[in-house]
Amino acid sequence: MKKEKLAAGISGLTAFFPVFLTVAIFLAIVLKAWPLISLKSLPRLIFSSAWQPQKGQFGLWPFILGTLWVTAVAFVLALPISLLTSLYLAEYAPNRVRKIILPAIDLLAGLPSVIYGMWGILMVVPMVNHYLAPLFGASSSGYCLLTAGIVLAVMILPTIINISVEVLSSVPASLKEAALSLGATRLEVVRQVVLKKARPGLLAACVLGLARAFGETMAVLMVVGNVPDVPRSLFSPAYPIPALLANNYGEMLSIPGYESALNLAVLILLLMVIIFSLLARLYLSRLVRRSN
Amino acid sequence: MRLSTAETRLRRRKWLDRAFYRLMLASAVIVALILLLILLTILRKSLPALKLSMITRTPGAGYYLGHEGGILNALVGSLEITLGATLLAFILTLPAIIFLNTYLKKKSTLSETIRLALDILWGIPSIVFGAFGFLLMLTFHLRASLLAGMITLALVELPILSRALDETIRLVPAELKEATYSMGANRWQTATRVVLRQVFPGLVTAVLIALGRGLGDAASVLFTAGYTDRLTTSLLQPVATLPLAIFFQLNSPFPEVQQRAYASAAILTLLILAISLAARFLSRKLGRHRIK
Repeated sequence: MKKEKLAAGISGLTAFFPVFLTVAIFLAIVLKAWPLISLKSLPRLIFSSAWQPQKGQFGLWPFILGTLWVTAVAFVLALPISLLTSLYLAEYAPNRVRKIILPAIDLLAGLPSVIYGMWGILMVVPMVNHYLAPLFGASSSGYCLLTAGIVLAVMILPTIINISVEVLSSVPASLKEAALSLGATRLEVVRQVVLKKARPGLLAACVLGLARAFGETMAVLMVVGNVPDVPRSLFSPAYPIPALLANNYGEMLSIPGYESALNLAVLILLLMVIIFSLLARLYLSRLVRRSN
Repeated sequence: MRLSTAETRLRRRKWLDRAFYRLMLASAVIVALILLLILLTILRKSLPALKLSMITRTPGAGYYLGHEGGILNALVGSLEITLGATLLAFILTLPAIIFLNTYLKKKSTLSETIRLALDILWGIPSIVFGAFGFLLMLTFHLRASLLAGMITLALVELPILSRALDETIRLVPAELKEATYSMGANRWQTATRVVLRQVFPGLVTAVLIALGRGLGDAASVLFTAGYTDRLTTSLLQPVATLPLAIFFQLNSPFPEVQQRAYASAAILTLLILAISLAARFLSRKLGRHRIK
């Protein structure tokens, strides 16, 4: 009996660790970012695009925009392709095809981001530099927002497809058969039965993909150009927050306010991710409640 | 002769059905091609550069100018840091997930809070964990070392491992637990002697998933693990990792060094491939004795 109580106590403590860790991360970052926030007004730090640490100017707007743009481009590219592919794999593909493609996709979901970054440098950068940019009448070194978006899109494809196929396959066959027997075409079954039933799960798949895209560091860092200006077009370089951190965080110079500014960048990234996942969670739980 | 409206509508529906089918098929083909392209690009570039000396030697003098040597330091370092981090994460996670599933009620505030924290942690980018780890290091006056990197990487793996473990343990049928309770076993005995045996295959897969993710993660160890050309023999020495080795060598202006980045990428990819295949194989093999 005593042993059981002890075991329960210890495992109970470890169960609290995630809560403790979340709070600790948040507090540590806020504490480190505070000196700058208390010194200058927060809106000015966020919306100013002057990033000149030597002169004490810490405008984070270029980095925030960079993060949002890269994520948005990746998402717009990945979403339609991955949803259509998942529908094909779950509803139409012969079993043989599924048995080959799904493990392959699973494998690619596990590839490290450095590998994707290397692929980006070897293939996407030259492609954008030589073909895509001239096609739109722009010139670009290839290290730009679009390249980062493409690499990131390819990275989140496997994540979204994997989960979506699972969600779509869990729609009961009897529902589909009922719709088919009423004379619906397969597309109508997909649109009016499968998609309706699978909506919360598909949304969850997208959120997981987006969450991965938001904080992706190495692959983006390697192809995005890293210029701290507000990006003017898809072909101009950008500097998302994770790349800023990767390049500067470890060796914070002894410029007053610099350390604090970088921690403010961490805080903004953290808040973007947390707010995003909380909103998705809220919406999901409402969807599930309504469908019950 | 004009077709009746019903007939035109039927034709349109059929046309739409076929058009969408082709669209889905096309995206699936595109995805398959992209994925194939990635693997081919990496393998084509890296296999010719792969020499035995890459994995048997540490960088020699002038290695980064293209002279002799290998990346044994990064290979061993990656294994050290990832195995350590996974072990640490496992020790923290397993009791927590058991507690969550056997001691807490399913919908209690406490378990909901813990699950929410795990969800938030899951979404936090590894670069943020890296920053947090760096702040921890400063607080405890630690230098960039195997120990600091291991702890930070363990934090990154914690939510991944938790989710994977939770998903398997949650699936244990309630009847099985009730049967053990009715025979007079307490909750701890039920958890360790019945539940754990039942989920053992899932446990192995979960650990391997976390191992794979840890092996490829660069952002969290960027500030915390340091880098070294020697083999790491103590917890307080800095440690080299494969993703960072790829990243640094790829940035080199010397083509010989870039070649080695490709070779290092091949080594990392093969390692991840092996782990992923092992996960598949083991979960099938170990799952034979499960009570369904």
